[in-house]
Amino acid sequence: MSTMTFKGRVWIVGDNINTDLILPNKAFYLTHEEQALYVFSANRPGWAEQVKKGDILIGGSNFGMGSSRAAARSLKNLGLACLIAESLNGLFLRNCVNFAFPALECPGVHAAFTEGEEAEVDFAQAKVRNLSRGTALAGKPLPAPLMALVQAGGVYQLLEKEGLIAPKT
Amino acid sequence: MGMTIAEKILAAKSGRKAVVPGDVVTVEVDTVILFDNNFMPNNWRDILKVADPEKIIVTFDHRVPAPTQQAAAAQVTGRAFVKKFGIKRFHDVGHNQGISHQLVADYGYALPGSVLLCSDSHTCSAGVFNCLARGVGGPDIIYAAIKGQTWFRCGETVRYELVGKLPEAVTAKDAFLQIAGVHGAHATMNVEYGGPGVAGLSINARKTITAMSAELSAEFATFEADAVLAEWISARNPAPLVPVRPDADAKYHAVRNVDLSALEPLVALPDSVVNNSQPVAKTAGTRIDQAYIGSCANGTQDDIELAARVVKGRRIAAGVRFIVTPASQTVYRDVVASGAVQTLIEAGAMIAPPTCGACGGGHMGVLGPNEICLTSSTRNFKGRMGDPSSQVYMASPATVAASALTGVITDPREFLQ
Ligand code: SF4
Repeated sequence: MSTMTFKGRVWIVGDNINTDLILPNKAFYLTHEEQALYVFSANRPGWAEQVKKGDILIGGSNFGMGSSRAAARSLKNLGLACLIAESLNGLFLRNCVNFAFPALECPGVHAAFTEGEEAEVDFAQAKVRNLSRGTALAGKPLPAPLMALVQAGGVYQLLEKEGLIAPKT
Repeated sequence: MGMTIAEKILAAKSGRKAVVPGDVVTVEVDTVILFDNNFMPNNWRDILKVADPEKIIVTFDHRVPAPTQQAAAAQVTGRAFVKKFGIKRFHDVGHNQGISHQLVADYGYALPGSVLLCSDSHTCSAGVFNCLARGVGGPDIIYAAIKGQTWFRCGETVRYELVGKLPEAVTAKDAFLQIAGVHGAHATMNVEYGGPGVAGLSINARKTITAMSAELSAEFATFEADAVLAEWISARNPAPLVPVRPDADAKYHAVRNVDLSALEPLVALPDSVVNNSQPVAKTAGTRIDQAYIGSCANGTQDDIELAARVVKGRRIAAGVRFIVTPASQTVYRDVVASGAVQTLIEAGAMIAPPTCGACGGGHMGVLGPNEICLTSSTRNFKGRMGDPSSQVYMASPATVAASALTGVITDPREFLQ
């Protein structure tokens, strides 16, 4: 795993973003890559096409509320480097860990950025900086066992390495 | 220091003396449920070993009978998995099939004090049986099936003391919409339900509240155990029951009273379940295209019989599609035997086979552009049941049935005197 520091342009969404908005039902049967293009198609049509690899998503409170679907995987496959939110829904956080998508809780982050500004994130230390303004915020570091899972590349990588699931065909 | 029900079970299952909010613990898992979505070609990872096939349950529920080739392929993979590991508790399409959370109730699969996982967010439904049940991610399920373990982060607990008795035509769904409307999300926290009012609620009614608690973003939703619960489980599962009670000095984030006798029928407006409830009078008159009764929250015998009482001897309004989906084949048989199905189809309802179906916008009741649905299911998010421009209002099965009769959102008390 890399050092887990990210620098990128930020996109901003509000509170209570739900999983149906991230991975809508009509994308269920598609490939993971195709699914990623449906992120926010109901509330922000055309957005997914504008995301560039390495961009950073900033959310409000209870980000990812809703279902257990692999919505975190879609954010990762869209090319987003990481997610920083006021707070993360508990089930969504599980899937971020499962799919090794770096996601951080950082109170105050929503007000600290305007869309298009540049952020620098040290994921392990939970440090977030707004490079455009020269300001900094402290997030909540992921508990150590969960951090270890993310650094192992997520649950499937781990199980595959231990020979407990078949390699992906 | 005293512990809440959730804290006590987390401690017992992680081999610790005590657990406090903030702790991340590894726990032993008693029951792992897999369903058709786990086996979808784009989700499934082939498991080479399981910890204990006796702890695994497999059902097909989200898309049954298979509406697409992918759904059918998922079932083929699921059957092969069942065969490979000799899973006994398999609910294939047919006699024993049902929505996973309903099966847990039908077959007494969740025991007090146990830990149950499924990668469906409404798994908290099983918390009605005084256990810790949580919806997790698909990879969590594969991990738990293989290793027999999972992790949880312990949160603070909010306790709801239910008092009084629900008035006629007011249901547990309304009680839930009251809590969700006033108190909003409970993210990272557990909810615990107890108090003297619980005795007057059937297991089915309590299960509506625990299933719906997923909408509070709660970690765990758990009821206290009582004689009604013991009787329900004992009739279905001979295992000994050891109820888990909160300590007298348990520390809660908040303790809140809910007076059931003071409630009225409520409706949640589209797009959010929390902070979005209104008395039915305020939305009364809103046109609907579809009325839906079903799901893991409100597809029980109680719900379907209540709907039948509302529509008995009447006809559904022209232009309204009234879809009723029993949550399991057991429920289906019970409501056929009681005559409720006859009453409903005479009124003009369509009965769908047990499936999540329209609840998740999967099949059998998907909404088209600009359509309006009044549902008794679990979620009203934008686009949840179909086209993003469709709108989903949420209410009790009584309110849904009354509204199906008139074609507009309607107070059920007019029909249940
Ligand atoms: S009925 Fe709806 S909420 Fe319940 S398990 Fe199925 S899709 Fe999920």
